[in-house]
Order: sequence, then C-alpha cells, then structure tokens
Amino acid sequence: MALTMPRLRRLDPLGALLTAAGATALMLLPFVILKSNRIVPGDARGLLEVLPAWGAFVCQATLILAAIIAFGVTNARIRLGAALLGVAVVALAVAAAGDALTPPGNKVVRVAPGAAVWVLLLCLGLLATDAITRMRPGPLWRVLFLVGFIAVAGLALAHGTFDHLSVMREYAVNADRFAREARRHLWLALGSLGAAVLVALPIGILCHRVPRLRAGVLGTLNVIQTIPAIALFGILMAPLGALAAAVPLAAALGIRGIGAAPAAVALFLYSLLPIAANTVAGLKRVPQAAVEAARGMGMTNWQILTGIELVLALPVILTGIRIVLVQNIGMVTVAALIGGGGLGTFVFQGIGQTAIDLVLLGAIPIVALAFSAAVVLDALVELMDRARQ
Amino acid sequence: MISVENLTKQYGATAVVDGVSMRIERNSITVIVGTSGSGKSTLLRMINRLVEPTRGRVLIDGNDTTGEPAHLLRRRIGYVIQGHGLFPHRTVAENIATVPRLLGWDGARIRARVEELLRVFQLDPDAYAGAFPHQLSGGQQQRVGVARALAAEPAVLLMDEPFGALDPIIRTKAQDDLLDIQRRFCTTIVLVTHDMDEAFRLGHHVAVMSHGRLLQYDRPAVLLTRPADPFVSRMTGASDRAMRLLSLTTAGEAALPGGSNGPAVASSASLREVLSELVWCGAESAAVMDADGTPRGYLTIAAILARGRPN
Repeated sequence: MALTMPRLRRLDPLGALLTAAGATALMLLPFVILKSNRIVPGDARGLLEVLPAWGAFVCQATLILAAIIAFGVTNARIRLGAALLGVAVVALAVAAAGDALTPPGNKVVRVAPGAAVWVLLLCLGLLATDAITRMRPGPLWRVLFLVGFIAVAGLALAHGTFDHLSVMREYAVNADRFAREARRHLWLALGSLGAAVLVALPIGILCHRVPRLRAGVLGTLNVIQTIPAIALFGILMAPLGALAAAVPLAAALGIRGIGAAPAAVALFLYSLLPIAANTVAGLKRVPQAAVEAARGMGMTNWQILTGIELVLALPVILTGIRIVLVQNIGMVTVAALIGGGGLGTFVFQGIGQTAIDLVLLGAIPIVALAFSAAVVLDALVELMDRARQ
Repeated sequence: MISVENLTKQYGATAVVDGVSMRIERNSITVIVGTSGSGKSTLLRMINRLVEPTRGRVLIDGNDTTGEPAHLLRRRIGYVIQGHGLFPHRTVAENIATVPRLLGWDGARIRARVEELLRVFQLDPDAYAGAFPHQLSGGQQQRVGVARALAAEPAVLLMDEPFGALDPIIRTKAQDDLLDIQRRFCTTIVLVTHDMDEAFRLGHHVAVMSHGRLLQYDRPAVLLTRPADPFVSRMTGASDRAMRLLSLTTAGEAALPGGSNGPAVASSASLREVLSELVWCGAESAAVMDADGTPRGYLTIAAILARGRPN
C-alpha cells in the first residue's frame, strides 16, 4: 500500500476523465454516419468498419498512446504534442472514411463525422488547451499557436483532404454564398464594433469626467443589454421602417425595417455598455497623482487625456472591445432571422431543412472566428498590460 | 520674486483662503505650514493656477500670472506633489523630459539635461534612464519627481508635501538634498507641509496658516521668539522652543574668537547639536572647526544657552 500510493497520486485526474470519455465514445458511439442523401437519418459505422485494418490499427494505437500520456506524463509539451497528434489522426481517419464510403462520382451520398469523432475531438482539444495553459506561453506564442493551427487546417481544406465529408459537400454547393455571407458576418460584427467604439469611448470619458451622469448613462446602456436580441430586432423594425418610408435617402442607403440595418443597429447598441463601462473603469484606475502632476506641469487637457489617461486605461478598454467582438461574432448569427445575412443564414436554413450539415457549415466557422478573436485580443491586452507594469 | 496680493478662494460661502498677502523672496525657500484644512495647499495651487482665485492676484517678477494661459504658466513653474505622480508607462528619462518636450526643446538638449539631472540626484543615467518608475525605491521615485519638476530650469518650484510619503531616514536625506539643490540652481522654492520640524529645517521664511488666514509670515527665529498669535506658539511648540531656536543657528555663526581644549565640532553643526555633544562629553566648551580643519573659534555652554533665549 505504502509503495503504490505515490504512483496512484501521480495519475492525472483530467487525463483519466478524458481517457474514460474518449474510450467510451469510441466503443459505444458511431465513428461516422453514412446517409444516402443529405436529409435522411443515416446508418452508424464503427471505426473498424470504415478503415482498412492497418489504418484502424494506427488510429487506435495513436489514441492509446495519447491516453497513456494524458494519464501519466506531466511534461506539458509532450501532452500538447500527443493531443495535436491525436486530433490530426482522428481528422485524417474521418477524411479517409469519407473517401472510402463515397462511391466514385457520387454526389448524393453523405458521410458525416459521428458522435465518437466529436467526443474524441473535444477530449483531445481539452487536453491540448490544458497543456497550453500549463506551459504558460507568452501572448505572442499563443497567437503563433493559433496561426499555425489555422494554417494547417487551411492547407488541409485547400488540399481537399475533407472534400468527401458532408460539411464540405454543403460547402461545395454553397461556395459562392459562403464567401459572401462570411464577409457579411465579419462586416456586421466589426462594423458595429467600430461604430460602438467611436460612440462609447466619448460616452465613457464623459461619464468619468462627470460622475453625476455615470449611474444614469450606464444604467440605460445596461437596460439595452438586457433586451433579448430577437426582441430588440423587433423593436427596431418599426422606427427603421418608418425612417426608410419618410426619408428616401435613408432607404437609398439600404436602411429598412428588416435586413442588415436593424441588425447593425442592434449590435451597435449591445456593444455600447461593455466599451463605455470599461472605459470608465479603465480611467478610474489611472493614478490620480499622475494626472495631477501632468496638469501641474502644464499639459493641456487633451494631452493629459490622450498621452496619460487613455494610454493607461487602454488594457481595460481593450478588454471591453474583446468582450464586444466575441459577443458580436456570436450575435450576428441571429441577424440572419431578420434577413441580415451572415453565417447564421446557413444555420437557420439548415434547421429549416433538417440538414444538420448545413447548420455545421454555418456554426463551425462562427465558433472558430469567435475563438480566434478572443485569443488575439487577449494576447493584445496582455502585451499592453505587460508594457506598463 | 512672487507677490501674493489679497488672495481669496471661496467655495460657496466658505473662504478656503481668505485675503492672504505675502511677498516671497527670490532665491529662497519659503515654507507654508498649517494643519489640514488650513488652506495651505489651495494657496500654493493658486500660484500656478491649478486653482483659480476668487479674488486677488499673484505677480511673478511683477507680471500678473492671469496674463497668459494657465498651462503655459505652469510650464515655467516646477511642481512636485506628495507621492511623486510619476507616469507609470514612461521611463525615468521620459518622465524627466516631460516639460522640455512640451516646450519643444531639441532632442540633444533634452538628453543632456536629463543626464545632468540624473547625476545631480545621484542616479546613474546608464542604470536608471531607461527604468520604469515601479522599478525604483520610494526615495528614488521622489528624487525623479523633483528632477522632473526642475527639468526646464524653472525659476520657481512649488512643492506640495513632497516628502510626506517617505520614511523618516529617507525624508531627512531628501530634505538635505533639497537644500543642496536650492543652492545649486538658485531656485525660488515654495513648499507646503504640516510638519513644523520640516518647516524649521528648510524654510528661510515660514508662513503659518489657519482656517484660510495667514497668521504670521517671518523668519523662523521670529516665529519662535515673537509669535503673533497663540496658535503660532502652539504650532511652533512651546515646550521645546529653546531647543528649536538653537537648531536655527550654526556653530560657525555663533563661534567666539579664541580656542578650546574641548571636543571639536563642525562649523556647519547647529548649536543644538553642539550642546548635545557637550552634554554627552561632560565638557564646558568646544572648538569650532571648518570642514577643511581651519579653527573658527570656540563655544561655551553658557554662550550657547544665551542664544536659546529671546533677546
């Protein structure tokens, strides 16, 4: 007992949990789903049924190796390597299954990743995230990780590795629209963010300077924040529609009761609170003595604001911008419901047609965009903070 | 010379500073002392117009300070506050260069001035110019704060409780440094403090304020020997006023011609220190020496005690 206890204690609890989940999924859940067309329910296929014996062996061996490392190795780099290797092997196995199960020339049959693949990717992703967290990489390294991952995924997609999988089949059919809606998605998210920065930054500065305004203004913005997105779209339809009817110029500029205009306005309104509130919080954190000294040395109000206060508040303001950007990328999805466009179009079309592959064609890029935005802006905030601490 | 004329600051009905007039001599240290809420900081801040007076005016070398935009006036006047107020995101060199940059000095002149000031304040430029304020000790931060205020060679330096945040040993050193700096740059310094010891240590002239009014403004010895108001004698401390008076005179000033076999004391030492030395050694007299060892005369206990009484 005394001899075995230390060994047991060295077992990694997270590794144990992930291994258990991954192994159970691989044994009990389908590896891929084979459907005769895009909307019928499909047949489940296991790993051994879809890959040649050597392929299935390599796949399982890699996963077992990853499990052993997750269980017993504490070195974070090795854990990260194992997780990434696992992700690559699972992705390649699914791609190979797609190639094997699709009859040549057939564009109707759909091969979709099964639940086991998603669970495995989730487990391996958590293992990788945990390893990266343990390595405590600097902000630049985290962005490099992200860029590297996107580059590899992009190369694989461009090479056509996954072309026989169902999501990529949907992409092939919708390629033109996908590019357009993706651009629209980014444009709505970034455009409303940009407009919100231009408006909320001065609001935040004003609230900082005039404390009497603070409770009222931030309270109002907070109320806007509590209105559900769909309800806000509805609320905006009437005034924007009336505006378009009354002012021909507004209509000519594309402002209507439905479409991109109410979506952009709603996102803009949602963006105001985090940026204004963080501007106030950031300015509050500026040392009063520094501002007092700056004024005493003859800096003008503008010089104090731009050279001292905003620079010192920037990390907190950027945190607000990060919140808004991630929030917007997600919320633009709902804009598709009122004709605003964006990747949400695929999500809602897919739901309407019970075509889950189409839903994924919209959802996966949205998640990837939000995740990338969070990583990049977090890194930026940390760089700023480090430069002045 | 700074001329304060009937200066008043009212917030609503209360006068924080109430009709203060004083003439501050060039090339001297004037200390404004008072309890908190006495209006001493407000008075100081009206000199560089961080606070605009309700009534009255301030003249610097005969020119009314309201004659130019406040921020331009402030660039000509050094300003040091408690807790230094250094910019945390700028290096020591950038902090010191603040006002020269505002004034549009060229880069070479700024660099030379920053280096000169760092040396004057005993900070090695190679080690400290590129450092950030948080990397310095409290005493070093305070010195950089004073260096920054002196960067553009102002004729007037305003200091608002500059040493309040320092521990006693570093504070004494900072006070000594300030006396050196004042002699070196011939700056007119106006310093606000609530610490009477500091006022007596630094001030050529001391102004005592209470409830917005200037009670007495004179040389420290006069404050001790002829207090104009019971509050002034309370502030200056009735119990040890004789010792305070002795601390205002140096041995060199009081030395009598002749010699002594007693202990040698420096001519720069105060009479209080000489007396303490004599009590400690059990001697009746001390020989006064200059720093280079030249005899300046002697002092007896009786001669010292005579100096501790009002005439």
